[in-house]
Amino acid sequence: MPGTRGAVPVPLHTNGGQRDLTEEILEAVDQHEHVPTAEAFPSTPQDKIKAALDRLASRQMVEYETHDKEEVHLTEEGQAIADEGSHEYKVWDAVRKAGRLSLKDPSLVNASAKLGQGNAFKLKWIKKDGDALVSLTDSVSDTTRQQLQHAQEHRAFQDPKLLKDYSKRKLVNTQKVIAYVARKGPRWAKEMPVEVTDLTAELIADGSWKTANFKPYNFKAKGTLGGEGVGGGTGALHPLNKVREEFRKIFFNMGFEEMPTARFVDSGFWNFDALYVPQQHPARDLQDTFYVSDPPEAGPPGADESMDIVLAEMDVDDDQDESDHPSSDPATRAKETTAKLDYQAYYDNVRAVHQDGKYGSIGYRYPYTDAETRRLVLRTHTTAISAYVLHRLSADPRPCRYFSIDRVFRNETVDATHLAEFHQIEGVIADYNLTLGGLQAFLKRFFRNIGVPDLKFKPAYNPYTEPSMEVFAWHEGLNKIVEIGNSGMFRPEMLLAMGLPEDLRVYGFGLSLERPTMIKYGISNIRELLGHKVDLGFIESNPAVRLDRE
Amino acid sequence: MPTIGVNKADLYKALGKEYTKQEFEELCFDFGIELDEDTSDSKRPIVDGVEEAPQLKIEIPANRYDMLCFEGIAMNLNIFLGRESMPNFTLEPPPNGQLQTVTVSQDTERIRPYFSAAILRNIHFTKARYESFIALQDKLHQNLARQRTLVAIGTHDLDTIEGPFTYEALPPEEIQFAPLNQTKAMNGKQMMDFYEKDKHLSRYLPIIRDSPVYPIIYDKNRTVLSMPPIINSNHSKITLQTRNVFIDITATDKTKLELTNHILVSMFSRYCSEPFTIEPVQIISPHNSQTRQTPDLTPRHTSASVSYINSICGLSSSPSTLCTSLARMCYDATPSPTDPDTLSISIPVTRADVLHQADIMEDAAVAYGFNALPRHFPRTTAFTAAALPLNKLADILRLEAAMAGWVEVMPLILCSHDENYAWLNHPSPPANAKPVRLQNPKTAEYQIVRTSLIPGLLKTIRENKRHAVPMKIFEVSDVVFQDLGRERRARNERHFAACWYGKTSGFEQVHGLLDRVVGMLRGTFVAGGEGKVGAKGGLGYWIEEVEGRIFSRVMVLVVKALLMLEEIDPTYLPGHSAAIYIRQTPSSPAKRIGTFGILHPTVLKKFELPFPGSVLEMDVEVFL
Repeated sequence: MPGTRGAVPVPLHTNGGQRDLTEEILEAVDQHEHVPTAEAFPSTPQDKIKAALDRLASRQMVEYETHDKEEVHLTEEGQAIADEGSHEYKVWDAVRKAGRLSLKDPSLVNASAKLGQGNAFKLKWIKKDGDALVSLTDSVSDTTRQQLQHAQEHRAFQDPKLLKDYSKRKLVNTQKVIAYVARKGPRWAKEMPVEVTDLTAELIADGSWKTANFKPYNFKAKGTLGGEGVGGGTGALHPLNKVREEFRKIFFNMGFEEMPTARFVDSGFWNFDALYVPQQHPARDLQDTFYVSDPPEAGPPGADESMDIVLAEMDVDDDQDESDHPSSDPATRAKETTAKLDYQAYYDNVRAVHQDGKYGSIGYRYPYTDAETRRLVLRTHTTAISAYVLHRLSADPRPCRYFSIDRVFRNETVDATHLAEFHQIEGVIADYNLTLGGLQAFLKRFFRNIGVPDLKFKPAYNPYTEPSMEVFAWHEGLNKIVEIGNSGMFRPEMLLAMGLPEDLRVYGFGLSLERPTMIKYGISNIRELLGHKVDLGFIESNPAVRLDRE
Repeated sequence: MPTIGVNKADLYKALGKEYTKQEFEELCFDFGIELDEDTSDSKRPIVDGVEEAPQLKIEIPANRYDMLCFEGIAMNLNIFLGRESMPNFTLEPPPNGQLQTVTVSQDTERIRPYFSAAILRNIHFTKARYESFIALQDKLHQNLARQRTLVAIGTHDLDTIEGPFTYEALPPEEIQFAPLNQTKAMNGKQMMDFYEKDKHLSRYLPIIRDSPVYPIIYDKNRTVLSMPPIINSNHSKITLQTRNVFIDITATDKTKLELTNHILVSMFSRYCSEPFTIEPVQIISPHNSQTRQTPDLTPRHTSASVSYINSICGLSSSPSTLCTSLARMCYDATPSPTDPDTLSISIPVTRADVLHQADIMEDAAVAYGFNALPRHFPRTTAFTAAALPLNKLADILRLEAAMAGWVEVMPLILCSHDENYAWLNHPSPPANAKPVRLQNPKTAEYQIVRTSLIPGLLKTIRENKRHAVPMKIFEVSDVVFQDLGRERRARNERHFAACWYGKTSGFEQVHGLLDRVVGMLRGTFVAGGEGKVGAKGGLGYWIEEVEGRIFSRVMVLVVKALLMLEEIDPTYLPGHSAAIYIRQTPSSPAKRIGTFGILHPTVLKKFELPFPGSVLEMDVEVFL
C-alpha cells in the first residue's frame, strides 16, 4: 500500500483468509486480455482499485490505463419520464382514453401537465375543441422517453448533441467517472512474490539479499526523522538568533570586534550625557526610558574591570610579537590601560561641553546636574557601551572596529511593531580622515551582504552624530523606500571630551535586528518573533537564514 | 520627531510650484525632513461644516525649532531652493523712542526666574496666520519647552493693556483675574481646582501648584496679562483683529527663553506692515543681572575651516563655492580675507541647532546633496575580528542543546515581580540577590528585570499549549541582580535554562541535558563528588538533593538547621530536585551553579500548565 515504508513485512493477505483485491485483479488479468475494472469489480470503490493497481504496477506485474469519461445520469424527473412516459405523452394518453377531456379536468392543472399540453399541441397530437381537448391521432412515438431510456441504459445519449438540451431541461446530469483497464505487464506473474521491505543485517549475513524481492520504494511520500513530536525530535535555534548569527558573521568578515554588552542597567551618564544628549532631551522622558527605582542611583563614572579584562583579552594585535608586549596577561593589560585614563577629567569635560561649551562648540548652555547623570536606566541603546569602549580607546587611540548585537529597552506602549525590548545591531569604526561618502560606501558594502543592494541616504538629526544619515532601501512589498537603519559620524563634543585626537573620526551605525527580520520574512507582528508568545512550531519550521541568498 | 501639518495648496503657492507627491517627497528627502502623509486622498476632519483643506504632514528633526510652523518650513525650503535669501531681522523702537518696560521682581526667583518679551507692531493676521501663530506656540511648548516646564509663552493684544509691565511672584490667593475664555474672575488656588479636570491644562498645574508663590504678569493698572505657565487672562487675548502683539516669555532656562523669543518673532514678523521688524522691550531685572533689551537678534558670528568641511565631505570645493552652498542653508558665509582656509560665518538666530563647525559642515553636505558625495572608503588598516568570549560560550551551549533535540526560545527580560518570585514559590528575593526594579513601567507586566530564566520558559509553554507534547525548550541569556559594589549597582549574569513539559515529568531528560552540555564543556561527572575533581584534575561536577517543601522564611532557617540541608528550593517537588556543583581544580572551592528538578504542582498551576514538567537553570559564567 502506498505510504507503508521502512522495515515492515508486507502481508500477502490483508483480509484474513479472504481473497485480496490484488489477487482478484491478477486472476482477472490472467483470464482476460483487457480488464475494465468498473465492470469487473462493480461494487469496489475506485480508490481501492487504484491502490491495488498501483501496487501491482509498481512491480510491473500489470499495466493499466486510466479513462476519464462523463456519464449521463437521469434526474428524478428524467427517471419518471423514462418509466412512465413524457408529459406530452401522458396528456395525450389521458385525452385519448377519455375521448374528450375538459380543460378543467384535475389531471390537466399541474405544472407538468401544462408543459405536456403545450408540447402535445406543437406535435399536433391533440387540439382544443371548445373548452375540452380531443386527440388527433391514435398512436404516437414518445421520442423523449426513448432517448432517456437509451441514456439510462448506455449512460450516454445516442446523439451527443442531445446532452445539452436534456441537461438544460434538468432531466439529466453528468458525472465524471474514472475507469481503469488493466492488462499484463512486462513482469507478469499470477502471484505476488514474497517481498522484503528493507535491507537488514540478517539478509546480509545469510546472503539472501541476492535473491530477495525488495518491496518497491514509494518515492512520492515524505521522509521521516524518526524521533517523536511534530519536528521529529529535532532541536531548533530561534529564528531571531539565526539572523543575529548572520549579522555577526558579516561583522567578523569585515574585521569587527564584538563589544561586551552584558550590561542592561546603565547610568544616565553613559546612556545619555557621554553621548552629548542634553539632560532635557525628550528621549530622557519617563515616557521613553525605563528608569530604575531600586537600586536608587549609580556611582560616579569609572573603569569597569570585568569589561576591561575582556576587551584586553580580545584585543590581540596580529602585528605584534609576544615579546613586544611587556604583559600578555589581559588583567594586567587592562590595568595598564585604565592607568592612562582619568574618569574624573572625562566627567568634567562632559559637563563643560554640555553646560558651557568646549572644543569649538558653544554647548547646550543649561545648568548641568550631577543627579541626572546618576539616574539608573535600562539602556535605551547599546551605544552606551560604545561610549565606554570609545573612551577606553583614548588611552591608545588607533583605528579599530567594534560591533554588538544585544537587547535594549524602551518604555513603549506595546503594539504590533513595538515591544518594550528589542535587539540593536550597532557598528563603530574609528579611523583617521574618514569621510561621509566613505560611510555611505561602507554601508553599501555592509547591506549588500544581507541582500539589500541599493541604498539612499537622508540627512537626519541625532544628538550624538553630525552628520547624521538615515539609511533607506527599496521595499519590494510596499513599493517604496523604507528606513532600514541609522548612521552618522560621532560629534566632536562627544569624542574630544573622551580625549580622542581630532583627526580620529568615528562612524556609528545601527539598526534593529527585528525590523529587517520582519521585512525579510513578511512578519507583521513583532510579538510573533520575540517574547513568550512566539509559536514553537514557527521556531521549529523556520528555514536556515541566508540573508545574501534570499 | 514633531510632525507639522501645513496647508498643501498654501505651501505649494509659497514655494512657487505645484509639486507632485513624488517631487515633494524628494525635496523633503534631500533637505532632511520627511513627508509623513498627504491628506488629499483621505477623509479629513470637518470643522464648522467645512472639510479641512488637504494637508501635508511633515516630520521635522527634533532640533529644528525654526521649522515648527508653516512659515518656517516655507522659508527654509525656499532658501534651500535658492528662491529666497535669509531675511534680515531688524529691531525698531517705537517712534517716540520709549521702549515698553517689564520690571522683574526678585520673588520670581522662587518659582520661575527668567523673563523675555517682544512686540510685533502692525501685524496683519488672517485666519491661517492666526492659527499658525497659535499652533507654533503649542509646538514650542511641547518640544523645546518640555511641556512648559522650561519655557512658557503668553501673547496679548497690546492695545488692551498699558505698560510699564511687571513680572512678579505672589501667593496664589492674592492673584485674581478671569482666565482665557472665562468671564468669572478667580484666584490662583481656585484656578488650580477649576482646571484640575481640564484635559489640556491639567498636566501643567503641577509645575507651580505647590509653590507658595505663583508667577504673574501685570500691566500698569494691575490688569493681569497671564499667570505662566498655566493661562493668559481673558482681558488681553489676541483675536484676528489684533494689530499689536505683546509677547511675554517666562522660563527656568535662560538659553531656551531667548531661543523661544527668536523663533516666535522671526517666524511672524514677516506679517508686520514693515516685514521682519520687531519692537524690542526693556527688561529690568537687576537682582539677577538680567536687565537688557529683548530680543537680541544679532546673528552669531563664527568661523569654519574650509579644509575641515572638505575633508569630511570628501570634496575639494573652493571657499566661495562652500559659501554659496551655505547660503542655501540660511548662513551668511564669506571667505576670510586673511586666511584662505577660513570662512567667516553669520548664523541667524533661527538656527539655534548649530553648535559647532560640525553642524556647518553637515549643512554644506546637505546643500551639496548627501547622495552626490564621492563614495570612497579607503582600506587603510587590516582589522582583526574577535568574538566576545561570553557569546562564544553561549553559542556552544545553544548549539549543544539544539543538537540534543531542544528548541531555543527568546522570552522577554522584563517581567512582573510575582512571575519571578511568588509563582515559583519564592516568597521574596534574598538580600544578596535582589532584582532591579523599574520606576516607571507602563504595565504591571514589566516591574523588574528577571533574575531567573524559568518564568519566561514557563510562559512560553503556557502560550504554546496547543503544541504537541513533550515540549523541550531552552534559553541561554542574561539575568540581572543588584550589585551595589559596582558603578551601575547591578550585574548581568549569563544563565542556561531548559524546560521539559509533557505527560511525564521529564526529570531524567533534563538531567541528561545537563550531563550533555557540561560534558561538552569537558566537565566530568563525579558521583557524590564533594571534594573531587574531574579526570586529569579538570572540571568536575556533581549534584546533591535539594529540599523542596514550601516554608516560611523563618521556617527555612529552622528546616535547614534540622535537616542539615544545603539549600531549600520550593520551586520543585520535594525529593525531586538537585543542586548542581562544580569544582574547577583540586584547589578551587566547590561552587553551586544551579538547580534542576520536577516543578512543584503549585508552580505549574500558577503558570496554568496542566501537565508535569521539569526545569534546569544554571549560571554558565564559571565555564568561561
